[in-house]
Amino acid sequence: MSLETEIHFILNGRAVSARIPVAMKTLALLRDVLGLTGTKYACGEGECGACTIRVDGKTLNSCLMYAVDCEGRDIVTIEGLRTPAGMNPMQQAFVDHGAVQCGFCMPGMILQADWLVENNLRLTRPEAQRGLEGNLCRCTGYTKVLDAIESVVETQCCKQGAPGGELQPAREPLMRATS
Amino acid sequence: MNSKTSPQPIKKTSLIGQSVKKPDAPDKATGKTRYINDMVLPQMLIGKVLFAGRAHAKILSIDISAAQKLPGVHAVMTGRDVSGLKFGFIRDNVALKDRVRCEHDEIAAVAAETEEIANQAIELIKVEYEDLPGVFTPEDGAKEGAPQIHDEFPGNRSLSYEFSHGNVAAAEAASDFVVDNVFRPHRVTHCCMGTSCAIADFDHNGKLTIWTQTQYPYNYKMDLAPALGMAPGDIRVIQPPVGGAFGAKLDVYPYEPIAALLARKTGRPVKVMYSREEEFKASPTRQTAIIHMRTGCKRDGTLTFRTADVLLDNGAYTSWGPTIPVIMMRTTSGHYRVPVVDFRARAIYTNNPYAGSFRGYGNVQTTFATAQQMDMLADLVDITPLEFHLKNAQKSGEVTPQNSFLRECALTECLETAERASHYSRKRREYAAERTRVGRYKKGIGLASSIHNAGGAKIHKSDGIGTILKLDDYARATIITGASEIGQGIDAVVTLIVAEELGIPIEHVTIVNNDSDIAPWDVGVHASRTTFIAGNGARRAAHKARAQIFKGAEKHLGELADSLDLRSGWVVREKCGTPLIKLERLLRQMHFQPEPELVMVTDYYEPKSEPEGSKHVSDHSAAYAHAVHVAEITVDTFTGEIKVDRVTAVQDVGRVINRMGLEGQIEGGVALGLGYALSEDMRVEQGRLRNAGFRDYKLITAPEMPELDLHFIESNCAEGPFGAKGASELPAIVIAPAVANALYNATGVRIFDPPLSPEKVARAIAEQRQQRSAERLDRSRSPAREIENEYCALD
Repeated sequence: MSLETEIHFILNGRAVSARIPVAMKTLALLRDVLGLTGTKYACGEGECGACTIRVDGKTLNSCLMYAVDCEGRDIVTIEGLRTPAGMNPMQQAFVDHGAVQCGFCMPGMILQADWLVENNLRLTRPEAQRGLEGNLCRCTGYTKVLDAIESVVETQCCKQGAPGGELQPAREPLMRATS
Repeated sequence: MNSKTSPQPIKKTSLIGQSVKKPDAPDKATGKTRYINDMVLPQMLIGKVLFAGRAHAKILSIDISAAQKLPGVHAVMTGRDVSGLKFGFIRDNVALKDRVRCEHDEIAAVAAETEEIANQAIELIKVEYEDLPGVFTPEDGAKEGAPQIHDEFPGNRSLSYEFSHGNVAAAEAASDFVVDNVFRPHRVTHCCMGTSCAIADFDHNGKLTIWTQTQYPYNYKMDLAPALGMAPGDIRVIQPPVGGAFGAKLDVYPYEPIAALLARKTGRPVKVMYSREEEFKASPTRQTAIIHMRTGCKRDGTLTFRTADVLLDNGAYTSWGPTIPVIMMRTTSGHYRVPVVDFRARAIYTNNPYAGSFRGYGNVQTTFATAQQMDMLADLVDITPLEFHLKNAQKSGEVTPQNSFLRECALTECLETAERASHYSRKRREYAAERTRVGRYKKGIGLASSIHNAGGAKIHKSDGIGTILKLDDYARATIITGASEIGQGIDAVVTLIVAEELGIPIEHVTIVNNDSDIAPWDVGVHASRTTFIAGNGARRAAHKARAQIFKGAEKHLGELADSLDLRSGWVVREKCGTPLIKLERLLRQMHFQPEPELVMVTDYYEPKSEPEGSKHVSDHSAAYAHAVHVAEITVDTFTGEIKVDRVTAVQDVGRVINRMGLEGQIEGGVALGLGYALSEDMRVEQGRLRNAGFRDYKLITAPEMPELDLHFIESNCAEGPFGAKGASELPAIVIAPAVANALYNATGVRIFDPPLSPEKVARAIAEQRQQRSAERLDRSRSPAREIENEYCALD
């Protein structure tokens, strides 16, 4: 059997440790060792974003990251986004805007969207589109995903004030589905 | 009745046309949903498949001894274990092969305690092959003396189809213009985000439970059984949540019987799950075709005839792919008013990957041809495509040559709405005028439409659905329906309809639809049928429940049954809305009184469509619908890159049920269709797939999504639930030819072999330039002569 090692890290706010083969990827650690199946395998080569997690704040494809590199890091998966009050605003927005169909890509998509908005309160729709380039979805055509992100940006801009103190929602003229 | 709690009359409100959330969305958004890919059963083994990795070969020997000896391996199986267990549409497939007919032929399978051990075992299997000359195009396969792929199918002939109506020669003689082109729709695949997966387990009575991604659970039993040599009735199908399907799960594919065979041999549950590379190689594709299409019209723009001669690359085995002519011919004969039609299609076995069903089912390929020829003919007649389309558009009540009865036909309204919303005709004129001016970027606009079945398609003996509806003592409803959920949102549609009819909150309705031992018959998710068929089933069951509740109210309250309604959890007087009793209280009274009763009803709904039949003259769907898409694009004439800026999508949906879900279907369909049009392409060389990954097989990503302008036309289908028609295939069908027509408008270039990739577009533009300068040179030497590329004017 392959060489094993023990790692310690923070997972969704709690300290965890695991004994793992050194060749294991973080995706397998999360899914097969720790039972967190919200993080999905869909390509295994960093092309689809379904396995997106947050590592020390940044989003990463967990299929490309060796599990040993989790050592000492702060990792958040889709299961860790939930707050005591329920879904986090991005999760809620995805549900409310019909962004979820088969849902398989959604954990990765939501983590990426959440990170985008956290880092840019004035995120525009084209910026969101570019920011989601590495997350493939076969069901939705991304439109409702972008609607959901936009609604979170709107709420957060109004709530916290955009950088510079202006309270108006900051958006370019938007692409929007009408009906 | 406690009058204090019910002072005010309750007005009637309706959920129909509102946006409701998918009931399973919260669990999916939080990572709680356990997809089949996530499932682990106690004692479960991992199954792995050894693929041939070559296109056509004899198997001289297989040595499994080393694999068998590896610790942790519980079973190794080969073609010897399944001898005679043929399955498939025409029984040409077997779970494990004794001869190689395509790259992904399954040669051996192992079950082991871990994936790592299973992979090691696969590597220990030694196979000696003798490669055979292969057949890689249907033209080659049809040739005299071509290598034979199946001994039972001489001449490599698989399925064939024919339909003819009227005298083509006479119609052609009466035509002023004829267009004649060969279209070569290419090979793409579903790319479900959740890769193929099945888990099988046998109990000690020999009954199989299979957890599968299937989208047709009932016929699935019938199709799986022969691969295992067992009775369909001994199979229980459980459908956990799936990561997409899109038609890929409308048949049995070898990994499913392989999981079951390994489970039977080991006595333990076995899970087989594909890697993405295996998924690309071994899951079904969209059917490729060579379509020779001719369409004629008179000088005034009236269509005279359409013929299609179609050659299908069957691939190595026959799944649903080669059956698409059933729908191709409906489009050939029914896309606009075509009085004379001739359609022929034949499928030829090759050593290529084989095709299954895929959203749009033949209509994607055919509409790519018909919609471009409509555009070309309009130019020959010299009227705008819009006028040309309107002139030939069917009206409500018309019947196509194949007997499709267009009871409610909103094609004209769709076309007019598209024109109004996009200013199509004006822009087309303006962009065409810009075409020959100097400039790197060219704008173009293209319009395409299509017709598709929107109320199922009776290709089986039944196109029906069973529904069971029960209410508990707290007025919570459970609907048990045969309709499968594959992400498309039937859970929202069905719960919405039950909530609407029973006047209860949608959150108080639970859907059970994932176990063939519980839910009754349904044909499956295909043919844009589920909202229509399952929606009707739900509504009919709810009506029966209402009737029983009103009878109960008559008995317990002395109110007239036919004067009542259900609103906001109350039984009310229909006319004035006066609340009489809380529904849950009435239900308890009915349950706990002498002569007790439960509200618990069943329904079987069979649409009034006619079986397809071998002559293909039948009203095979309970409804038909049209969609019109207008694509606005920018072409970089240097690189050949097409950017789709805006899509106006207009569709006759009968009636909107769940607006948000419907929008999602259209948006997703457009994305899927754009991938088909622009970038997706399985590169199969000598039977071997060269781009088995998302790096080289490019799906549409978020930045490439155009601005979308959706318009729903509500034609109120008399047969549909609340007037609704099926909707989810048309958007994937219509967008590609709209883009192709826009490319022509922008550049004067037509491409008949999708995708419209940058290389192809740039090459076509360069060739056009060369040709034009050659023509100019020619004209300067000889009398002027009009050459219209690819067009053939008869007069």
